[in-house]
Amino acid sequence: MKPAPFDYYAPATIEEACGLLAEAGGGATILAGGQTLMPLLALRMSQPFLLVDINRIAALKGVSRANGHTRIGPVTRQNEAIADTTLGSAQPLLVTAVKHVGHHQTRNRGTIGGSIALGEPAAELPATSVALGASVEVRSARRGKRRIAAEELYIGPYATALEFDELVTDILVPEWPTGTRWMFKELAQRPGDFALVGLTGAITVQDGKVTKAGLAWFGMGPTPIKARQAEAALLGQSIDQVDHAAIAELAIADTAPFDDHHATSEYRRTVGRRMFARALRETLEARA
Amino acid sequence: MSTHNIHLQINDRPHDASVEGRLTLCDFLRGNAGYTGVHVGCEHGVCGACTVMVDGLAVRSCLMLAVQADGCSVTTVEGLSTGDGPLHPVQQTLREEHGLQCGFCTPGVCMTLAALTQGEQKPSSETLINAMSGHICRCTGYQGIRRAALRLAGEAVAPVEDHG
Repeated sequence: MKPAPFDYYAPATIEEACGLLAEAGGGATILAGGQTLMPLLALRMSQPFLLVDINRIAALKGVSRANGHTRIGPVTRQNEAIADTTLGSAQPLLVTAVKHVGHHQTRNRGTIGGSIALGEPAAELPATSVALGASVEVRSARRGKRRIAAEELYIGPYATALEFDELVTDILVPEWPTGTRWMFKELAQRPGDFALVGLTGAITVQDGKVTKAGLAWFGMGPTPIKARQAEAALLGQSIDQVDHAAIAELAIADTAPFDDHHATSEYRRTVGRRMFARALRETLEARA
Repeated sequence: MSTHNIHLQINDRPHDASVEGRLTLCDFLRGNAGYTGVHVGCEHGVCGACTVMVDGLAVRSCLMLAVQADGCSVTTVEGLSTGDGPLHPVQQTLREEHGLQCGFCTPGVCMTLAALTQGEQKPSSETLINAMSGHICRCTGYQGIRRAALRLAGEAVAPVEDHG
């Protein structure tokens, strides 16, 4: 099918884009990489009367580091993020996650901000943002700037705390301390597919003990899910005394997986339990 | 409904057009510009048949609007080799390895492989094989495409037995 008619604007500045969104009163949709939006338009599941294309706003691109954070412009392409050496050294987990998003061809257009702002519950980047404690800075024409923690951004499948007139202008990812180890596992039917079960996280180990942990599931509920109980249980533990299976059980307790035509909720829990225990063991046993 | 004047390069030729905002790049390339080598399969970003190069990068042209290509340089399969001249190395390798049957997915496959092997790039076989996951082929069972991709990465592959 072909998209229904709409008006199209490609503003050059953030202010202009926010003005258009406010004026449209909820009838506008933001076009970033378009790798999810374009199919929705083609299938007419989405029929905005105005498309605000943010691809020509230079201020929304690029990666930089300051004050213990990595700042990622939301329109940074996924393949640009993979090739970015600054991001590679500051946020290796995020780069690993991006490599699992879609296919080479979609990563040439798809953006970091688009994936984070869409809130697909089985996607890699929303969960990784939650695990790392990232936040987004958003702007609206009427209310100015505000910052939303990734943990509070996701409300349900494709539902976020973003208001209709808000544009994500920055993604801020805190840099984790020295001694942080990364874990990332995903079970999908084919490379490029959404996860049936996915796990992403960071564990900081200092003097043989866990001092910080951020762990999140994807594909295991209506939103990315932070494994809070597992994180809390890991804190302070000596890495050679961790009961991997017991922590995995706590991590599974926080999930709310669903049945669909690819897998049952029970299957997801069974796989998740083993995936978590194995990933935790590998991460803690790895030489620092 | 908005219309827009765009100016772009298609296969190194300048092209001006007036397009509706909703027109996809693949429909523009086929219907308006006449490059019917761009094959439109699923129209929602799954099959990879419509893959073209935009500013040197392989992208799905059904997931981009024509208006977004304003100022860009687009290459379609027609831009890989000219007329009766020799095939592009990617096309020649696919041909030798029987990397196609009906040919519907082939222009897309060619554009991804061409994008990743152009210039001084030396892609690994892993890179090329992984990139092939972005294409659906219903004929070949992928083995011919896989051999072609391996050869383009510089690997030696066993010759195909000729039953002809």
